[in-house]
Amino acid sequence: MTRARVWRTVTPWLYLAVPLALLVTFTCIPVGNMIRDSFTDWDGVSPDRNYVGTRNYVELFTRPELFQVFFVSIYYLVASVVQIVLALYFATVLSFDVRFRNLFKGILFFPYLINGVAIGLVFLYFFQPHGTLDTVLGAFGVHGHHSWLGSGRVANTSLAGVSVWRFMGLNFVLFLGAIQSIPGELYEASELDGANRWQQFRHIIAPGIKPVLSLSAILAISGSLSAFEIPFIMTNGAAGTQTFVIQTVKLAFEFNKMGLASAAAVALLVIILLVTWLQRIVVPDERNDLV
Amino acid sequence: MTRKALLRSLVYLSLLLACAVVLLPLLAVFLTSLKTSGEISRGSGALTLPHDWLNYHNYVTAFRAGKMLRAFWNTAFILVFSIGGTVLIGSMAAFAIDRFRFRLRRLVVALFLVGSLVPSVTTQVATFKIVDSFGMFDSRWAPIVLYMGTDIVSIYIFLQFIRGIPISLDEAARIDGANSFTIYWRIILPLLKPAIATVVIIKGITVYNDFYIPFLYMPSENLGTISTSLFRFKGPFGAHWEDISAGAILVMVPTLVVFLFLQRFIYNGFTRGATK
Repeated sequence: MTRARVWRTVTPWLYLAVPLALLVTFTCIPVGNMIRDSFTDWDGVSPDRNYVGTRNYVELFTRPELFQVFFVSIYYLVASVVQIVLALYFATVLSFDVRFRNLFKGILFFPYLINGVAIGLVFLYFFQPHGTLDTVLGAFGVHGHHSWLGSGRVANTSLAGVSVWRFMGLNFVLFLGAIQSIPGELYEASELDGANRWQQFRHIIAPGIKPVLSLSAILAISGSLSAFEIPFIMTNGAAGTQTFVIQTVKLAFEFNKMGLASAAAVALLVIILLVTWLQRIVVPDERNDLV
Repeated sequence: MTRKALLRSLVYLSLLLACAVVLLPLLAVFLTSLKTSGEISRGSGALTLPHDWLNYHNYVTAFRAGKMLRAFWNTAFILVFSIGGTVLIGSMAAFAIDRFRFRLRRLVVALFLVGSLVPSVTTQVATFKIVDSFGMFDSRWAPIVLYMGTDIVSIYIFLQFIRGIPISLDEAARIDGANSFTIYWRIILPLLKPAIATVVIIKGITVYNDFYIPFLYMPSENLGTISTSLFRFKGPFGAHWEDISAGAILVMVPTLVVFLFLQRFIYNGFTRGATK
């Protein structure tokens, strides 16, 4: 081989060296280690680990106090449905001619940009007894103070509500972008044919936003399974608000149950990959992505 | 009133309601941040106006006791290095993938594709041990390296853009004697400016707001970022809502300013970043 040819073969790898090294070190190897550790009883500190087969997985899906986190994610899942419906409504409304459109758009989107810890504190204050929510309800004649973050059902609903408040804006902007990329002539033509707003939504807007909608569905499912920040900051998983990720972090770093934590993380990973894969089958991407 | 007008007013009503829902919690915190602890303990309610609109004492407390200066500095340090690194790494990877035909190219692409599907919250349990083994635990390099190394979305954004840059530009430069690095540095990178802007915005906001990674990797008090410092500030000031509110507002103001100035880019950036 001539020197020039060697050089030509090596060049692309020079550009790829750092990105690939980072990808392998911080994504591939952790996934590998995690799968390996999930079959052991490792405590995360001691040098020896014993192979325990599928015990961790069995424990994860049979011990009720561990399994309980999946019920908590149902709250977030329901919340994401609400969030998508609301986002769809506001995106549709604001895609038509509305006064102060940009102001409305900005206000609805802004929460998505706010720091999660700040949001947690804002809503801790909001849900305080005699706090903002009680004050507002009082103004409408609903008196008395409620413990919005006190116990399981109410607390999880409040927290899921905060997640709608925080993430609705992203869905909304994605939908709005998709709707606005639909050519305007389609609406004009449909108006000439006597279509009303609902028919326009059903036959023009809905098919136009199908890819973004399916993307939002995956984000909703993986997001509700991996909910962490808001419940961690606001209640630290107390009163039955523990989510899957809070539990995993606690198992790994507080209780030194690395094996069990790894099994939990692998389970979450598998569920999320499965959902993504299902979405690819249900809504195939026409644009051939990378290759 | 005709039906159409009624419908229209209902639409405006729903929009106003939504804005109220978004703004009320923020307004309450803003008003509280301007009150004295006396005003609050008198129980005047969360939405009453403060006596003195220029009462900045809580902000001073939050800034000092919350070690906010330190936090802003740490966050800025992490931001600069991780964004710079992401731009270089992402654009180099995209350049290699799009402009070269080499063996194992498809494997490399597949590796990045699979990598992008792995949510990083799930792998932290194992990533932690690796970061620790490099001796980066409890240093600012841990988040920097993680933000750089696990961002595959930006590689996608760069790839999309790089495809739009005609190869004839590369060829013309090559005829003039430029080597591949000159082409990357002098031709491709400057033309990638819109993509760079997108990546900087998305990455900047994500890193500024991230809590999980600094919380796991930088427990030292003087290594607090915006998020972790605010989180720790909550502890000792548990009952002092006027101070906590001021801290929260302090953290939100930079975001608001950036949003007001870069609105259009931010919308485009997030649309592009999420759909890729």
